[in-house]
Amino acid sequence: MSELEDFRGQNPAWCPGCGNLQILRSFKMAMVEMGIEPHELIIVSGIGQAGKFPHYTKCNTFNGLHGRTLPVSQAIRLVNHGMRVLAVAGDGDCYGEGGNHFLHALRRNLNITVFVHDNQVYGLTKGQASPTTDEGMVTGTQPFGVLYEPLNPVALAVSMDAGFVARGFSGNQEQLKELMRAALEHRGFSLLDILQPCVTYNKINTFQWYKQRCNPVGVSHDPSDREAAWRLALEFGDRIPTGIIYRSDRPTLEERLPEIANQEPLVKQPFSQGDVISELENFF
Amino acid sequence: MDYTIRIGGQAGQGLQTIGAVLAKLFTRAGFHVFTHQDYMSRIRGGHNYYQVRLSDRPVSSSRSLVDILVSLDKTTVEEHRDELNAGGMIVYDSETIRQKYEGENFLDVPSRQIAMDTAGNRLMENTVAVGAVLGMLGMSLEILEALLNEVFARKGHEVVEQNIAAASAGAQFARENCSQCAFSVPEPRSAEAGATPAGGGAPGRMLLDGTNAVGLGALLSGCRFYTAYPMTPSTGILNFMAAQSKKHSLVVEQAEDEIAAINMAIGASYAGVRSMTGTAGGGFALMVEGVSLAGMTETPVVIYVGQRPAPATGLPTRTEQADLLYVLHAAHGEFPKIIMAPGSPGQAFHLTGKAFDLAEKYQVPAFIISDQYLADSEWSLDGLDAEKIPYHDYRLRAGDLAKLDSYKRHAYTDSGVSPLAEPGASRHLVVTDSDEHDEEGHLIEDALTRRLMVEKRLLKKMPLIREEISPPLYYGAENPEVVVVGWGSTYGVIKEAVDIMGDSSSIAMLHFSEIFPFPDPEKSDFLEVLGKAKSTVCVENNATSQFAQLVRAETGFVFDRHLNKFDGRPFMLEELLDYLGDAGRNDV
Ligand SMILES: Cc1ncc(C[n+]2csc(CCOP(=O)(O)OP(=O)(O)O)c2C)c(N)n1
Ligand SMILES: [Mg+2]
Repeated sequence: MSELEDFRGQNPAWCPGCGNLQILRSFKMAMVEMGIEPHELIIVSGIGQAGKFPHYTKCNTFNGLHGRTLPVSQAIRLVNHGMRVLAVAGDGDCYGEGGNHFLHALRRNLNITVFVHDNQVYGLTKGQASPTTDEGMVTGTQPFGVLYEPLNPVALAVSMDAGFVARGFSGNQEQLKELMRAALEHRGFSLLDILQPCVTYNKINTFQWYKQRCNPVGVSHDPSDREAAWRLALEFGDRIPTGIIYRSDRPTLEERLPEIANQEPLVKQPFSQGDVISELENFF
Repeated sequence: MDYTIRIGGQAGQGLQTIGAVLAKLFTRAGFHVFTHQDYMSRIRGGHNYYQVRLSDRPVSSSRSLVDILVSLDKTTVEEHRDELNAGGMIVYDSETIRQKYEGENFLDVPSRQIAMDTAGNRLMENTVAVGAVLGMLGMSLEILEALLNEVFARKGHEVVEQNIAAASAGAQFARENCSQCAFSVPEPRSAEAGATPAGGGAPGRMLLDGTNAVGLGALLSGCRFYTAYPMTPSTGILNFMAAQSKKHSLVVEQAEDEIAAINMAIGASYAGVRSMTGTAGGGFALMVEGVSLAGMTETPVVIYVGQRPAPATGLPTRTEQADLLYVLHAAHGEFPKIIMAPGSPGQAFHLTGKAFDLAEKYQVPAFIISDQYLADSEWSLDGLDAEKIPYHDYRLRAGDLAKLDSYKRHAYTDSGVSPLAEPGASRHLVVTDSDEHDEEGHLIEDALTRRLMVEKRLLKKMPLIREEISPPLYYGAENPEVVVVGWGSTYGVIKEAVDIMGDSSSIAMLHFSEIFPFPDPEKSDFLEVLGKAKSTVCVENNATSQFAQLVRAETGFVFDRHLNKFDGRPFMLEELLDYLGDAGRNDV
């Protein structure tokens, strides 16, 4: 059991009105509802405004490099599948700098969750375009506006038959909390792309902009229906569906890897030199 | 007795199998063996060779002159016929290579025909060739038969028998037709002369290359997580570890790229197991930011860098020692790191153990730098002393943590080493950050904490790590007039040159295998030895004498001479002897 107070960390240094503040609140509520205690979770974060997240709560933390949350998280899970592992990254972090890792994490399907704080901009470095920035947005480094197609992480994940794909909006805290719970409870890789306003550097995708568009998917949507999921995944305009978009029940890597499947986590398995010394004999 | 057998041919012709069988067989027969491989970056065709040297005295290098040249193709004959020793022989099959050579030095063994006649299978032609070599040397086939039994047992009795028949016929042909063969090999040593392996198995000598030595060292050090992206010459370790993961509790993950590999290795280590990654220079370039991450988060990790000629893709399958200063200086910022550069499979085994131990004890990245030459060269050795691989778990586990009232991952301590706990094993939170952080591991920006952390992480630990570093290996005459210095894979060739020249001149070797932190000159007399010598030579497989630069930076000492080789090939014994002979004459 845990209480909200257990998750009080450093005072956030985010801008007033930043979507991250709401995401943090939803997260703490989800933790308390799930009865998770701080030491029962490892958060791996990257670099960016989103990357500061674990310092503003309480948990085991590995705040690593920009773009590298997923390799770290996956390895943690491989050696300790008894732990809950949550990766927290920005859109630049997960889809830009760490894009290759994202593709391969979708393939591996380890039981980890990633929250992508998607403000469609590079916040920490002051407003350059990110992979999800809308076409046409003018920034200090894109003086002619963004000239390429934005990356659609939800469609990408559905196309790769990801374990769990959801989109949330920081402004809908109740739904976001539920999505966090569902993502953390899903057995396998879960992506939760969280749309959030960057009040300082994204003057296009503002709180109001998202609020007008974000629309929870209807109860009739069946997340295991891949074609329906695909149609929802492609919607990103006047209406942006939020909720669980897709869910597959692919077996996880933990279940398929003989060294750890149905066994104690590797970190708990005892080591003795005596167990391996006979390998020397193969060279006589 | 000191014979060199070179088996040359195209990739895919099976020359590696012939070489490997001969090397193992000579080792089992009690000889000292050294092998090296020279191959092109292609799967089929090209020109490659595998060279096996056997002797009744310890050998640790390759020679340029060949006693038996097994030519599986015409190119091998053409390329190497001028490299025959006096009395050397070229073995070939005129039917397969479609060329008949006349001359005293040629022995045309109809391997393919013999394979057909005895086994009804032309695939056995390589076994015939092995038999022929043994026949030329006048060796019995007893050990070969045992070996064929082991290798082919899985394929059934018939295949074993066919192979034995093919080998016998090859041997007989050579004995009957090579009247000019003047090789003489002493009786095999009895088996008990060899050491008994630590694990209790068959007595005798081991045959081990640098790659497997590192793998065994990692395994015995308790490495539980290995991750890499394939790149020659480091892939052998990934293969070795993957094979181990089927038998032992060890997870091996082929990462999507080297950036993922090092971050995974760091993640696994943070989670509480010993981990390692390996690559070559190009892949290491991608890992560099991760090295700095290990430094900042004080996460132990072992990184193997197998050098090959660069820049860029360079010569993928060949050898060079040109990444020393790169590895030393790689990664932004200032933090301690450890660099081991073993010179032999034995050293590779033990220094891998030391790298794991020190990495965890001081919570720093530790490197093992090798190269294609050491990775692929096999040495015969009298066993490995596995007892000398330290294993101590420095981490705080559930039991230790339960006793603590509070815990701070990066607590200030006298030694600078903070307690390293397994996250999730207790209520104590394990927090670390690539940003500068406080004792708890949380992000900070204030000047005082920054200064204290640099002192803790770097200035306090560095001298303690340096204390752990062994002095260079001194070998040869006392008060030598000529001192030959090397590091890493040149150990074997320098040692043998010193052995040979030591009879007639005052010469010694200083070999450095624990390179960084640089060995303390106060702890041994290597600087005095160098200072007193009439001539000092630094031998390196690179163009810019990187180690000599390091010695100068660390000690101020400047070598008289540099021997550099940067054609992608290792030093041959004759080459070094020629050079040192001249150096000796000039200076002594
Ligand atoms: C290797 C590397 N490149 C660049 C940076 C600089 N950098 C830090 S965060 C960031 C982008 C942040 O954007 P995002 O991931 O979307 O996070 P946000 O700040 O928007 O939450 C960049 C470019 C870095 N820290 N490391
Ligand atoms: Mg962003």
